[in-house]
Amino acid sequence: MEQSSPITTRNNQLKVVVAGHVDHGKSTLIGRLLHDTGSLPDGKVEELRKLSEKRGMPLEWSFVLDSFQAERDQAITIDTTWIWLRTLDRDTVIIDAPGHREFLKNMISGAANADAGLLVIDGLEGLKEQTRRHAYLLSLLAISQIVVVINKIDLLDDAEGRCRTIEADVRKYLGELGMEPQAVVPISARDGDNLVTRSARTAWYAGPTLVEAFSSFETELAADELPLRIIVQDVYKFDERRIIAGKVTAGTVRVGDTLLFSPHNRSAKVERLESFGRSAPLDMAVAGETVGIVLDEQIFVERGNVASHAEDPPVLSNVFHGNLFWLGDQPLRVGASLKMKAGTLEVPVFVRAIESLIDLDTLESHQADMVQRNDMATVRLATNAAIPVADGRADKVLGRFVLLDGFDTVAGGLIDLDGMPDQRVHSTIKATNIGRVKLLVDRAERELRQGHAGAVIWLTGLSGAGKSTLALRAERRLFDLGWRTFVIDGDNLRHGLSSDLAFSAADRAENIRRAGEVASLFASAGVVVLTALISPYSADRDRARAAASGCFHEVYVHASLGVCESRDAKGLYQRARAGEIADFTGISAPYEVPQSPHLVIDTEQADVDRCVDDLVAYIVKACSR
Amino acid sequence: MQHLARLEHETIFILREAFARVKPMAMLWSIGKDSTALLWMIRKAFFGHVPFPMIQLDTEMELPEVYEFRDRIADEWKLDFRAELCPPESEMDPTLAPASRAAARKTEGLKALLKRDRFRGIVLGIRRDEQSMRAKERVFSPRGEDGSWDFRNQPPEFWDLYKTDVPEGYHLRIHPLLHWTEIDIWRYTLQENIPIVPLYLSRDGWRYRSLGEKNITTPIRSEAASIEEIIVELEQTTVPERAGRTMDHDSEDSFERLRASGYM
Repeated sequence: MEQSSPITTRNNQLKVVVAGHVDHGKSTLIGRLLHDTGSLPDGKVEELRKLSEKRGMPLEWSFVLDSFQAERDQAITIDTTWIWLRTLDRDTVIIDAPGHREFLKNMISGAANADAGLLVIDGLEGLKEQTRRHAYLLSLLAISQIVVVINKIDLLDDAEGRCRTIEADVRKYLGELGMEPQAVVPISARDGDNLVTRSARTAWYAGPTLVEAFSSFETELAADELPLRIIVQDVYKFDERRIIAGKVTAGTVRVGDTLLFSPHNRSAKVERLESFGRSAPLDMAVAGETVGIVLDEQIFVERGNVASHAEDPPVLSNVFHGNLFWLGDQPLRVGASLKMKAGTLEVPVFVRAIESLIDLDTLESHQADMVQRNDMATVRLATNAAIPVADGRADKVLGRFVLLDGFDTVAGGLIDLDGMPDQRVHSTIKATNIGRVKLLVDRAERELRQGHAGAVIWLTGLSGAGKSTLALRAERRLFDLGWRTFVIDGDNLRHGLSSDLAFSAADRAENIRRAGEVASLFASAGVVVLTALISPYSADRDRARAAASGCFHEVYVHASLGVCESRDAKGLYQRARAGEIADFTGISAPYEVPQSPHLVIDTEQADVDRCVDDLVAYIVKACSR
Repeated sequence: MQHLARLEHETIFILREAFARVKPMAMLWSIGKDSTALLWMIRKAFFGHVPFPMIQLDTEMELPEVYEFRDRIADEWKLDFRAELCPPESEMDPTLAPASRAAARKTEGLKALLKRDRFRGIVLGIRRDEQSMRAKERVFSPRGEDGSWDFRNQPPEFWDLYKTDVPEGYHLRIHPLLHWTEIDIWRYTLQENIPIVPLYLSRDGWRYRSLGEKNITTPIRSEAASIEEIIVELEQTTVPERAGRTMDHDSEDSFERLRASGYM
């Protein structure tokens, strides 16, 4: 974009979504607002009069918006619509969303695009179910600029008293959602009170008119200062150039910057920013701009990748919470396999748990085993591999997702990363110019001398499932058989190698990484290593598997949460329940059950001796030479 | 970011999303100001290339200046241009009002095209502010086997996570200009110096505000002989853009019927 003359300059338009209970007067309000701001085209009022007369009604402002014959005949709005208001400093786009419960998906389609929300409440009725639902939805969609109008003041006996009561109710409800309305304006949509001009009816009201309230809203906040994120849309090879096409969704990118691409962690430098039809080459691009990047190296990049600067990359995770709105015809259940879209990424996603449903009247969460159409729920989602994600309130692109079932969009929502560790492999080899030294004693020689292979026997399971007991006793038995063995226990590591680590999600992941690397070294030396770590995330276990190249055996030590909690040898569950330990696996943090372990040992069904027998038998069979 | 820059980047993002996920795809180029501005942005989105066909649904009733402009631009911009001849008016539903029948010819032309060339995506330069039915459109709008628009049951559209997959036989209408207004298009055309059919500019006190077939579009009284003057005129007018399109005024529901049955 080159420089512009005054005639091409225009302030950004403000998009306001209108929400509220059916029949609380949304469409009438917008029709009247169009009229009072002089935004209606010639002949429109006449046309409305004709349409209204034809149906035997007084002048019906809502017909301005109801463009389908069906809408006018039934006096309801079927789908979201956009209307441009001419206001002095900028255009205001009103997005009208229908209030009917079954049309909620249209309300979301409208609200998702908005900078601000206008909540309409009927002064006669006060807050109703849809008022609450729509307000919650605005908070779910992270729309924090809100103005409330209390409509139909022309019909109220004690307008002042009634408005003060409703204002207190709505402020309380919005407050619980973490929202504060910029204004609560008493209006009559039909008569135009306090829309553009101040009403004589409300001498007691000192706040702004609705149009004044609109002018206090900001259009989308600048994201240039945030850490850089570029979502990759495509890689073009139309001619001799190889151009990575994408959009800068946050931050600023400059020619010469080194970009780190997630999730695969490859880096290259921006050699050029391509453009078409410009007189001077681009040297930078900022949030909101589409870009074409030519890199100095031909690294593999594909649609769905996210580019950042190396020092501030997005979180990588294969498990996260989703606060979502369910629109599927069929209820959502645990185990469902769906497709997720976030940014330009599309991946299969699995519903691991339904964590809670939200009751919109009380805003309390409760347990449920399924999510019905139009419910709002928090679920736990998992992907096969770690993907770049972000918290929905902080990142308007990587933190937002939709879910698809076949061809149908069945949910939309925001990601919540509370308690979820960053699984980025920080151990990407930092040093350069290093190779590998080949030893003069190879693995086969060691195995031949001692009669068994080295191996990593990775025991994973909930705290209290019996991992340490099994590891210790199996080692004793194998040692007595003459095998070379060792046990790496999660707690023991923390006295030495991992003494610099605490219990944050990232530190736990690092502790597991170190355990995996050490176990791998022992196995290379020909030792059978048994590890006993909860290792709740499959990504962490995958990393240990990769470190132990080819001699990794995943053993799932299973016992139900109830049984583990009743054992509670270390008293940890009691403390977790009391809230003294944050992110405790099974209580307040997830455990991802291994998808295809080499061996499952159920310590709930069989006694300890039997379990040790099974484990030892497996190891002997797998590792004997 | 400036208003026009923001609109342009949003459009380019949509075009690239469509090109990456919806194949094969084509654009309906009406030769008017909107689809020509869109074509301009396609060249920006794909760095000088226009990587899918530009199709005109031709009724052979456009004004001569339109055909002249079309041939010049198709040649200069190296377009994969195709004219799709629409079936004659005598084959249209006789219960439609006369001006709507001309529009129905285009609907039928599009159906024939989709059936023959099996396009999964059709890019269109419609805008929400043009017409209240169009104000209800999605950016990616699925169409059934017969091209019909199920406006009562449109899929949700969250943020810019668009619906890009549809079952076999369905297609997507892709609307990258939905969020632009008429005056935005003119400001952009001026800023970028995009060529236009000269009929938009006033000659002897008349100009076309919206370009349709010569038998169903009428010019308006206007002294605006440059794009700057058009912008000044639009800032003051309260006459709707499509006032010169007779098919919009045949009856209360004529445009609704046209769109539900597959019109653009």
